[in-house]
Amino acid sequence: MSPRPAAADLVVVGAGVVGAATAYFAARAGLRVTVVERGAIGGGTSSAGEGNLLVSDKEPGPELDLALYAQRAWRQDLGEHADHWEFEAKGGVVVAATEQGLASLRDLSVQQRAAGVEVRDVPHAEIHAYEPHVSPDLRGAAFYPQDAQLQPMLAVAHLLRLARESGALVRAGTEVTGFLRDGDRVTGVRTTGGDIPAGAVLNAAGTWAGEVAALARVHVPVRPRRGFVLVTEPLPPRTVRHKVYAAEYVGDVASSDAALQTSPVVEGTAAGTILIGASRERVGFDRSVSLPAVSALAAKAVALFPMLRQARLMRTYLGFRPYCPDHLPVIGADPRAPGLWHACGHEGAGIGLSAGTGKLISQALAGRRPDLDLTPFAPDRFSGGPADTEGDRT
Amino acid sequence: MAPTHDVAVVGAGPAGLAAAVEAAEAGLDVALVDAAGQPGGQYWRHYDERHARPDDRRGHHGWRRFAGLRDRLHALRDAGRVRYLPGHQVWLAAREDDGTFTLRLTAAVASTPALVSVLAARTLILCAGGYDRQLPLPGWDLPGVMAAGGVQALLKGHRTLAGRRAVVAGTGPFLLPVATGLARAGARVVALAEANATSGWARDPLGAVSAPGKGVEAVQYAALLARHRIPYRTRTAVRAVLGDGRVEAVRLGRVDRDGRPTGPEREVAADLVALGWGFTPSLELPLMLGAETRQDTDGSLVVAVDDFQRTSAGGVYAAGEATGVGGAALAVSEGRLSAFAVAGAQGRPVAAAAVRREQSRIRRQRRFATAMHRACPVPAAWPGWLDDATLVCRCEEVTYADLRDAHTALGATDARTLKMLARPGMGWCQGRVCGFATAGIAACLGGRPATAGDLRPLAGRTPAFPLPLGELSAPAEEPGTDRTPTTDAGHGG
Repeated sequence: MSPRPAAADLVVVGAGVVGAATAYFAARAGLRVTVVERGAIGGGTSSAGEGNLLVSDKEPGPELDLALYAQRAWRQDLGEHADHWEFEAKGGVVVAATEQGLASLRDLSVQQRAAGVEVRDVPHAEIHAYEPHVSPDLRGAAFYPQDAQLQPMLAVAHLLRLARESGALVRAGTEVTGFLRDGDRVTGVRTTGGDIPAGAVLNAAGTWAGEVAALARVHVPVRPRRGFVLVTEPLPPRTVRHKVYAAEYVGDVASSDAALQTSPVVEGTAAGTILIGASRERVGFDRSVSLPAVSALAAKAVALFPMLRQARLMRTYLGFRPYCPDHLPVIGADPRAPGLWHACGHEGAGIGLSAGTGKLISQALAGRRPDLDLTPFAPDRFSGGPADTEGDRT
Repeated sequence: MAPTHDVAVVGAGPAGLAAAVEAAEAGLDVALVDAAGQPGGQYWRHYDERHARPDDRRGHHGWRRFAGLRDRLHALRDAGRVRYLPGHQVWLAAREDDGTFTLRLTAAVASTPALVSVLAARTLILCAGGYDRQLPLPGWDLPGVMAAGGVQALLKGHRTLAGRRAVVAGTGPFLLPVATGLARAGARVVALAEANATSGWARDPLGAVSAPGKGVEAVQYAALLARHRIPYRTRTAVRAVLGDGRVEAVRLGRVDRDGRPTGPEREVAADLVALGWGFTPSLELPLMLGAETRQDTDGSLVVAVDDFQRTSAGGVYAAGEATGVGGAALAVSEGRLSAFAVAGAQGRPVAAAAVRREQSRIRRQRRFATAMHRACPVPAAWPGWLDDATLVCRCEEVTYADLRDAHTALGATDARTLKMLARPGMGWCQGRVCGFATAGIAACLGGRPATAGDLRPLAGRTPAFPLPLGELSAPAEEPGTDRTPTTDAGHGG
């Protein structure tokens, strides 16, 4: 570590999966990249999820386009490294417990197919061929072969390692305290480890990206939405074969309700444990355990997989999804502060979307037209200013 | 709706027993939850009272004191003044919106169902004790290697001898009763290896004379070691355990004050290796409730308490090993004082002189404990004993090389990141066995001493004990208690 940080083409603020993926693509593209992280690498939301790369839970629109693009980035651009992060193309099974739920699921899959998603209708009689232990009380399901899973912390660490091998610097324990400015233009960052002049600064601070943006006096409304994950004891391999979740999970993607919402999302891991999500509630950064949340998750997982009733819970963890009011991430250059870029607000989909996000940002940074139109993710699309709190309890 | 107790005491070892008895006698409505089937905790662990004379006191110190507390507990229980719940453990502790606490209980032994699943209380006194602190070393995962406390528990609780030819090693005065207990039960103790120099015990003279009872004990042990011809070697450590499928021998060698080898090794045949490196307090519940922690003189993470055993979490008191390992006498005093403080806070003040007496006892005992910790530290250079293949986390089979690679190649500079990348502490024991070691290795790889920040990520556990999902789901499945809306929403993991 040099006492006086060298200038960089790009400073990435935040060593979560989005920052790591961007650092990887930018360093590969020949940029001199420095990643600064106030804590430890991957210490925020990247270490608090399940590692989902999903297309199944997205309705047609910009986020689904980004998810499909990210799928290709993970499988093609990053495919040679996939074993490092336990990439598993396991596929997703979405199940419906009611006729009405099944009808909505079929409607959604028709639209998704038109948008390029691979989806197979699974009639009631065939569900058990996909998931032998799932409840018999289901009406039907849909299989999404593109859904995949990886171990997100390994993805963060190895993307950063690969970026370092392409010349990037990673400085953990270094907090951004302000920006270097030339008029409106952002020309670098001030950090607890010294100033770092930079051609561009990327705000990839996840759930804390709003605070970083505020240091640059721009408004980016990223807020925390708490989620719990339950981890069981290791069960025999292939007890739960796919990512399995209830169709209701998709239904209210647009919900911004502050109250607790839970829907069962169940999947196995390479270590044999079963992960159970997903709860959502807006309670600020409250880290205390909520019995209503974890109990509801357990009840719904047991309803989906009755054999889990006997499985023992070993641990729970929680994290804070970075979400924006319109549930779309913020990706691109900020016209209000030239030189400042954002890649944040991916809500619960950041692991999956990170590879696509990083690739698109590095294309735009290099002055090329990105493969995907970034307009829907524009940082200045929100009205209001920092005072606009939208009723969040914090 | 369950009644709200004035105070719920968790743990019926020396601290919890004293706290429950004093609180009830001060007029409070008390619940006492304990994982064991009979009171006493680890220190006063004894043979099942249903199969032995209740006052069979073989191998026990302070037995009369225990018997007195136990008899008072039984009388208070019979009078309906203490709700005593043996065989239960607390898996979740939460503060409710009205400021009271809810404890969720599960059976400590799966074969005996829990009678009570929820307890409500205005105040908590947490006395969950601790367990053996372990350090990995080459071969420590061979059958026949046990925690010193485990060997002692088999002797005291089941009258079972874990081996015939034993090496007792590690550091601290607890090794003495383990070695002499084994010898008295008929084992041959071929070596008692103390990593530190016993002259260190006198390093803090004020501390050493503060608890005269302990000095007497030391003299008694010296006589017992001589009588059983137990070779007592200081500045000596087990460098490796050898064997094909189980323990056959150990390699012993001299070490310097930091634990670095200073002399040749010699092989000693053995079928039992009892390793003790002090104790790790159980902090699941205080951490769950947000109580502040600190690092004690012995390197362990402990709960910070004030002069009345209050933690930083309002209404939550802690006593015994959770506040710093210091033995049974200190634990009893802390238990008493916490009960006095709770009684006072609930309008039933105890005589000020009694409070001052316990505070003064606690100060004296604490000085002694601190002196002992200073004299018997975990050697700073212990990670140097590991080879690449040494398992650090036995549940997830994580080797020292796995941890070093996560540090060197992947940038894991702290214990939490090591855990996330290499999985130590992710298995059955959730870091109870490897947490202290992982924190020490993280610090050592970074060339710095371990801090509370290294220890904390591996000390918290929710739930405090594994439990079936069916039990966890029960609160949501109770009619009218599921606060979750029927319309679900979700999005991404």
